Amino acid sequence: MFTYAWLVPGLPLLGTIINGIFGRFLPRKVVGTLASALVGGSFLVSVAVFIQLLGLPEEERHVTSALYTWISAGNFFAEAGILIDPLSVFMMLVVSGVGFFIHVYSTGYMGHDEGYSRYFTYLNLFAASMLILVMANNFLLLFVGWELVGICSYLLISFWYSRPSAVAAGKKAFITTRVGDLGFTLGVVLIFVAFGTLAYDQVFAAAGEVATGVITAITVLLFIGAIGKSAQIPLYVWLPDAMEGPTPVSALIHAATMVTAGVYLVARASPLYVHAPGVLLIVAFVGAVTALFAATIALVNNDIKRVLAYSTISQIGLMFLGVGVGAFAAGLFHLLTHAFFKALLFLGAGSVMHALAGETDIRNMGGLRGKMQVTYWTFLVAGLAIAGIAPLSGFFSKDEILAAALTAPGGHWLLYALGLAASLLTAFYIFRLFFKAFHGEPRMSAERLERAHESPPSMTVPLVVLAIGAAVAGFVGVPGFLAPEAGWTHAVAHFLEPGLAREPLVEAELPPAIGVMLMLIALAVGIAGIAAAWHFYVRRPGTAARLAQRAPAVYNTLLNKYWVDEAYNALFVRPGKALAAFFWRGIDAAVVDGFVNGVARAVAGLSLLVRRTETGYLRNYALAIFAGAVVLVGYLISTR
Amino acid sequence: MHSWILTLITFIPLVGAVIIMFIPRDRTGGIKWTAVGVSVIPLVLATILWFAYDSSGVQFPKGAQFMVDVPWITQIGVRYMIGVDGVSMPMVWLTTLLVTLSLIYSLIIELRPKEYFFLFLVLETGMLGTFVALDFFLFYVFWELTLVPMYFLIGIWGGPRREYAAIKFFLYTLVGSVAMLLAILAMYFNTSPHTFNMMEMARAGMDARLGGVGAALVFWGLFLGFAIKVPVWPFHTWLPDAHVEAPTAGSVILAGVLLKMGTYGFLRVLLPILPRTSERFWFYMAMLALISIIYGALVAMAQKDLKKLIAYSSVNHMGYVILGIAAAASVTGANLADRAMALNGAMMQMFNHGVITGALFLLVGVIYERTHTRDLDSFGGLGARIPVFAGLFSMACFASLGLPGLSGFIGEFFVFRGAFGANILITALATIGIVVTAAYLLWTIQRVLLGPTNPKLEKLPDADAREVWSLAPLMALMLLFGVWPAPILKILNTASVEIARFFVG
Repeated sequence: MFTYAWLVPGLPLLGTIINGIFGRFLPRKVVGTLASALVGGSFLVSVAVFIQLLGLPEEERHVTSALYTWISAGNFFAEAGILIDPLSVFMMLVVSGVGFFIHVYSTGYMGHDEGYSRYFTYLNLFAASMLILVMANNFLLLFVGWELVGICSYLLISFWYSRPSAVAAGKKAFITTRVGDLGFTLGVVLIFVAFGTLAYDQVFAAAGEVATGVITAITVLLFIGAIGKSAQIPLYVWLPDAMEGPTPVSALIHAATMVTAGVYLVARASPLYVHAPGVLLIVAFVGAVTALFAATIALVNNDIKRVLAYSTISQIGLMFLGVGVGAFAAGLFHLLTHAFFKALLFLGAGSVMHALAGETDIRNMGGLRGKMQVTYWTFLVAGLAIAGIAPLSGFFSKDEILAAALTAPGGHWLLYALGLAASLLTAFYIFRLFFKAFHGEPRMSAERLERAHESPPSMTVPLVVLAIGAAVAGFVGVPGFLAPEAGWTHAVAHFLEPGLAREPLVEAELPPAIGVMLMLIALAVGIAGIAAAWHFYVRRPGTAARLAQRAPAVYNTLLNKYWVDEAYNALFVRPGKALAAFFWRGIDAAVVDGFVNGVARAVAGLSLLVRRTETGYLRNYALAIFAGAVVLVGYLISTR
Repeated sequence: MHSWILTLITFIPLVGAVIIMFIPRDRTGGIKWTAVGVSVIPLVLATILWFAYDSSGVQFPKGAQFMVDVPWITQIGVRYMIGVDGVSMPMVWLTTLLVTLSLIYSLIIELRPKEYFFLFLVLETGMLGTFVALDFFLFYVFWELTLVPMYFLIGIWGGPRREYAAIKFFLYTLVGSVAMLLAILAMYFNTSPHTFNMMEMARAGMDARLGGVGAALVFWGLFLGFAIKVPVWPFHTWLPDAHVEAPTAGSVILAGVLLKMGTYGFLRVLLPILPRTSERFWFYMAMLALISIIYGALVAMAQKDLKKLIAYSSVNHMGYVILGIAAAASVTGANLADRAMALNGAMMQMFNHGVITGALFLLVGVIYERTHTRDLDSFGGLGARIPVFAGLFSMACFASLGLPGLSGFIGEFFVFRGAFGANILITALATIGIVVTAAYLLWTIQRVLLGPTNPKLEKLPDADAREVWSLAPLMALMLLFGVWPAPILKILNTASVEIARFFVG
């Protein structure tokens, strides 16, 4: 099956080509079915590859194959090749699996959109690009996928191009992530300078032989790229705006897959990161601080999708916290469970919006529980999962990260505290959303309430499937101390670890007493958050408003997202534009062209002066000749 | 035929021009199709040349392929000496391609078509001759031959300020040419026996012959001549005016080929003939390149005229070429492979910029002919009205901003890779350019294709067959050399290594 692995990105790419060229002339049903089926095909091939990989002994689960030599010039060499190892297969399954259900959901959600074929062209291209990103066997091809997903993200955020806000959001997303890509580009260049190759195998094999300073620089530069793509502090500002895109796009690209590419990158480059413990600590702190910071903003935001966007930023922060303390498998485990429950939250939000004619403000919702049962219950499952309630998926993965943050060799109590605080806020804001949308009195117009309805099966079936995933995905990562005799604990970690750094940075198995205690703390925090939300928004509605009145400074700071967008505008965007205008008007037109035109005028003026001598009078010329003769003779005499 | 193929490629356009002189003025169809037909012949021959070319064969200054060497003006040792190597061959092919596409695009020209097509073919001979000449005198003749037709193309078929732009273009370039001529003469008189043979000059150790001050003067004379053409900041202000006023096809040739003559001069003349002096001044070249990159990108962002924006983007993109060239000549860049890499990047970027910017100017022409405006604020929401145009325009913009998978990326990456060894700080600062580039190109897409549709532009017709066919080959090249650059890289690399040898050991 490995020989057919190229089909995994190849099938969606085919869909892009077919729908891109002929989509406008094909019936909608064909377009949507084809796009979904091709991604489904990718998923099936991925599963087949996965099964074959499991059949191999652990040390042989690492197969590279080159499609062709992409670039070869002098000593520079990069192939278009794929790497099949546990990590890439894991990502292939997540991307094509979640991707498939979101394609199916989109056939319903986008059913009435006039840009139907354009939408699926972009979505297929995204799937193909993301799969290239995770399957590449070298850093340059990874970068190809990395940039292509960025373009797809741009195209899909600004999909409804007649909305200026959507267009601005798309542009902001691409440019902000490009800032991170500067780091990535330089990092890749430095890898080549240091190792003489960009192929993973050779780079990682030689990781120990390169000077620590160089490794530190490489890992920092790559992490800058990851910060941009995965929306961490300070480059997270594009992700909330990216919610201008269609909701399935938010679910697939801006929750489940693309934005987690940074976590994948750090995990993929883990053999380099383990040689730079200081950088890993930075990764962990950036992740932990982002997790808490984004969660605070999510507390007060009233846009259902933006709350989820800040939640995504926060959850990816947790993943970075995990990989940063050396628990690479734990970070990836959370990537998996997050893909399920966050995609589900977005699709649930999309279902609500679908029912309410595109409404996103939770102040205009409420009481939808009876109207849409499937959406209600699946959203609840996702909410419990992200809040970390046992035994749903998020509980296990989040607990794993928090435990590692405290007990792993690279951990620190402060990291644990930040993560725990973020968890508390997470449980609160997600249930604030849940209660405000589904419980209480309906706050929308009567007409809207009348029309509110459950979504069609093309949307509810993916909800149910993802809900099952969000509920049970955690069982692939049950910690060993819970079932010491069972052979299936830590399944995901055991599967992934051969593909990750082999250095013993990963956490030791915890003593059962400590492990259980940490679990109970995490669980208690989740329940406390939910209880608080219930108290604020169901038991005593209005508590939140009173609280906001009592601390207006805090409330306004959060509501205005700490004024970071404003600060960036003042610090970068406006000065940049002013500088551009100054260079043009002030330097180009005034100085350079001023000089050029000045020279021209001077020459013209000079020629006017000289022309005066051309009077046409013979006597003037005779005088000039005489004067010249006098000067010459005088000169000859004086030098004699 | 083998050794005369370059002569045929170079002079068939001139023959075509003469034929056009004899076609009656009112037979416009005949004139136009004759021009297109004639221009296809060099394109076909150049394509044959590409396949017949031996990428591992002899390179300048050791020799050249398909060489012809016969005496011309024996009294001063001028020879008709032409040939190609890895630096010039891709440029010859690109020139023949862009001219054919431009002429197809120009089939709609109504004002004085006879003169237009005549001048265009003369221009083609001048450009091709510049790329194949190996005798400095011959080089200079061809170099100057490009000037006059372009002057008229801008001055007659241009926009409202065409005369100002044409004269500015002419005088600017002429200043450079004069400086170059003096430098050529200085070198000529410092060889013994006196020769204009570029290869002999490259082997003669001109740096030492000219002495420190002499070599510096000659270097900066040549530099001025080439830098104005590229154009390198601060010699660039003719470019936006020329581009804005030039007819569409003129802009395509200007950006696609004429600018490359400047960087070609760096690669063919400055580095091989004055290697030690290039080394001496590499840092200044690198700084000018860095300024061109950042400054060009920022000023492009400030533009409201679509054509002017793309003109400034050329300053930005050609800056990468100069950066690669400077890095190859650096004193700090360590080994042969690094320097060759920088040159590969520079040449790849030259070729790709010709393709991408050529396409962009054609696309500007397409939209201008429909709306009669280039004001970026007067478009908006065209994406849905004219999807074919929108697709082509977006793709060209993505290629231009260096999206991996399209051709623009590889050149830029190689330049960064090559420059990294020379100076890390300059390289890091130069990467800022790619952010600004993304910003102004996405903003351009936004202002042209996205947003609410301008009601005045509701009934715009999409790109027609003539336009699509003049663009399709360029689009195909962007994609081909993005996913499979091997065919061109292997040609460039041997030449790069040969130039890089001047700077090691």
